[in-house]
Amino acid sequence: MNPYYFASIALILIGLYAVLTKRNVLKILVGLSIMETGVNLLLISVGYVSGRSAPILSEGITPDRAVDPIPQALVLTAIVIGVATTAMALSVVINLYERYKTLNVEEIRRLRG
Amino acid sequence: MVKRILAIVFILIIGFWMAKALDQIPFGQDRMLVGKYYLEHVTEDTGAINAVTAVVVNYRGFDTLGEVTVLFIASTGVAALLWRKKRKRTAKTEGSIVLTTGARLLLPFIMLFGAYIFIHGHLTPGGGFPGGATIATAFLFFYLAFTVYEIDHKIFEPLEGFAGLGYVTVGLIGLAIGGYFLFDWIWQTWGIGRENVGRLLSAGFIPIIYTLIGIKVGTELTGIVDNMIKEPEEGG
Repeated sequence: MNPYYFASIALILIGLYAVLTKRNVLKILVGLSIMETGVNLLLISVGYVSGRSAPILSEGITPDRAVDPIPQALVLTAIVIGVATTAMALSVVINLYERYKTLNVEEIRRLRG
Repeated sequence: MVKRILAIVFILIIGFWMAKALDQIPFGQDRMLVGKYYLEHVTEDTGAINAVTAVVVNYRGFDTLGEVTVLFIASTGVAALLWRKKRKRTAKTEGSIVLTTGARLLLPFIMLFGAYIFIHGHLTPGGGFPGGATIATAFLFFYLAFTVYEIDHKIFEPLEGFAGLGYVTVGLIGLAIGGYFLFDWIWQTWGIGRENVGRLLSAGFIPIIYTLIGIKVGTELTGIVDNMIKEPEEGG
């Protein structure tokens, strides 16, 4: 059993639990963000190589002493996209609240009929 | 209650299978295939010493253009979702004296720090996205401190468009000179900065593009903050 991925799996599962059980839309969004953090952490840790440093090739860091740069670049993209989608979702939540005066998903569903 | 127990059981099953799958992937071992090529050729290909920046801006520059577009669409989407005829700030209480004085004093330094982060993107960890986010933080600080503060939309929106257009223009110049979109003509054709790799004036168009991305991300995130913080006027 490989224990190194435990933190990222735990973050993904905590987020999933929040998404599944919470009724407040904001809390569901928080859960999604936690899940996203877990996935990013998982990607970064897949690219890690023991005993090597960050891929900035200065001060004695030669190419065979640096970790894989590709997962880091992809996670940089993923973080930005995550921020953008979270901002979109939050504005939808603001609209929902202005319309229904509640954030409870079940009540919103009932109001729609 | 039943829902929670079901959720926990579901999560335990998913967690078990995730752990099972990741068990096959050894941690901390060298599995680089493409990454090795990037690391070995990054300095001669792009002039940047930060391999992550080189991958983001140079090797996968088109991908980053798409990313900036997604951010732009999201910012436009936020504006469209929150659009009302009359929107005004409705905050009643001014920030405390610590907050207002701190905002006045710190704003130039936070912006300077953001600019430092995106200008040195090819040398240090960081780049356009974190630098732009730092600049947006400075404006968020101003919004929190002063109830009447509002950014100048006449400056911010043209700046945002100019930065995006600048990125495409840099790519198109590369197309005209080198034959493909986002060709690094400053480094590959002109060879500017070949003798001072690892200093500020090197790495071809990476500092230019990261400056444009920093301006674009900063103005876009500030626009999102502005849209979210304003509320519709009563009966508006």
